Amino acid sequence: MVGKNCFAIASDRRLGVQLQTIATDFQRVFKIHDKLYIGLSGLATDAQTLYQRLVFRHKLYQLREERDMKPETFASLVSAILYERRFGPYFCQPVIAGLGENDEPFICTMDCIGAKELAKDFVVSGTSSESLYGACESMYKPNMEPEELFETVSQALMASVDRDCLAGWGGHVFIVTPTEVQERVVKGRMD
Amino acid sequence: MGDSQYSFSLTTFSPSGKLVQIEHALTAVGSGQTSLGIKASNGVVIATEKKLPSILVDETSVQKIQALTPNIGVVYSGMGPDFRVLVRKSRKQAQQYYRLYKEHIPVTQLVRETAAVMQEFTQSGGVRPFGVSLLIAGYDDNGPQLYQVDPSGSYFSWKASAMGKNVSNAKTFLEKRYTEDMELDDAIHTAILTLKEGYEGQISSNNIEIGVIRSDREFRVLSPAEIKDFLEEVE
Repeated sequence: MVGKNCFAIASDRRLGVQLQTIATDFQRVFKIHDKLYIGLSGLATDAQTLYQRLVFRHKLYQLREERDMKPETFASLVSAILYERRFGPYFCQPVIAGLGENDEPFICTMDCIGAKELAKDFVVSGTSSESLYGACESMYKPNMEPEELFETVSQALMASVDRDCLAGWGGHVFIVTPTEVQERVVKGRMD
Repeated sequence: MGDSQYSFSLTTFSPSGKLVQIEHALTAVGSGQTSLGIKASNGVVIATEKKLPSILVDETSVQKIQALTPNIGVVYSGMGPDFRVLVRKSRKQAQQYYRLYKEHIPVTQLVRETAAVMQEFTQSGGVRPFGVSLLIAGYDDNGPQLYQVDPSGSYFSWKASAMGKNVSNAKTFLEKRYTEDMELDDAIHTAILTLKEGYEGQISSNNIEIGVIRSDREFRVLSPAEIKDFLEEVE
């Protein structure tokens, strides 16, 4: 979700196989560089492999071009990598959030074969995505400061995953501003 | 010298540590028509002689300066056909970069990849090195840039450089005339004067080619009419 010169990216913490919960501290939001984060929902193995491949590409890019990748460029790269597997896809929906030129917040999501969707306010993915769309739509306000953004994102996330039996067990929220990153674990219904 | 015994195979070092085929490629470049480039504070200019073998040749069909991307241009000294192949490969690489990142390729990256292609042809079987040296001029987020790429695949960033027949005179002339804060129009005049120095015969708007890139980041080859204006200013 986009705020004033900042953005928030959050996920739940459940890792499960249909109805069995395997872990309650699974990390789904990863850092690419200080001002670029990617959240990967869907099949856990694909999320981890895709993250490793993206970090690999980004590190090579950093070495060759001696600079960090811009969020828009990174989104194009993720889209290209996903489309390479058009007929045997990664079962992942990424959510990309970063601070671009002049620290402008940038967010986008895509489907598992790389169809990019840019947004100015919020993007969602995962099993509770329909719930999340509703919650974010009603709670979102433009130009929120980091503290207010954190409250809004946490409330929207908790409200949506509580209604979804395949998601939950707490939340993991990152608030990223040009100067710092706040990482917080939100306590929710543990069921 | 034992060197000549090693000049048959590209992929064999001579005892003196040289790849003799590359030396020969540089000789081919050195007998090509003079070309030069100058990096100004607000742009880059590249220029070359365009001496045609006969007055019957249609000079509008000969284009020695080519654009690789909208903001990067290139000129050469040496073998024209080799140049055409390299231009084709570089353009493809630039487009592949754009397709992957939806961002225009930075000048240094394109130079690096073109140089890598030229190096491949010095370390494979059954091929020969390219008989051209390139001067690549571009303007991107790091400002105006000018690079020279040799047949061996080594590349250098230059403030001003020349290649081809008249290289030593041209470089001496450029060394004297170059200033750090030169503006692009001054640089174009200096380029024309440098070409004039070594030109056998009368220089005119039909037998030189000039390409410029300004801070608007659009690479353009000047038309004969524009070249004529600059020539008149220089006289």
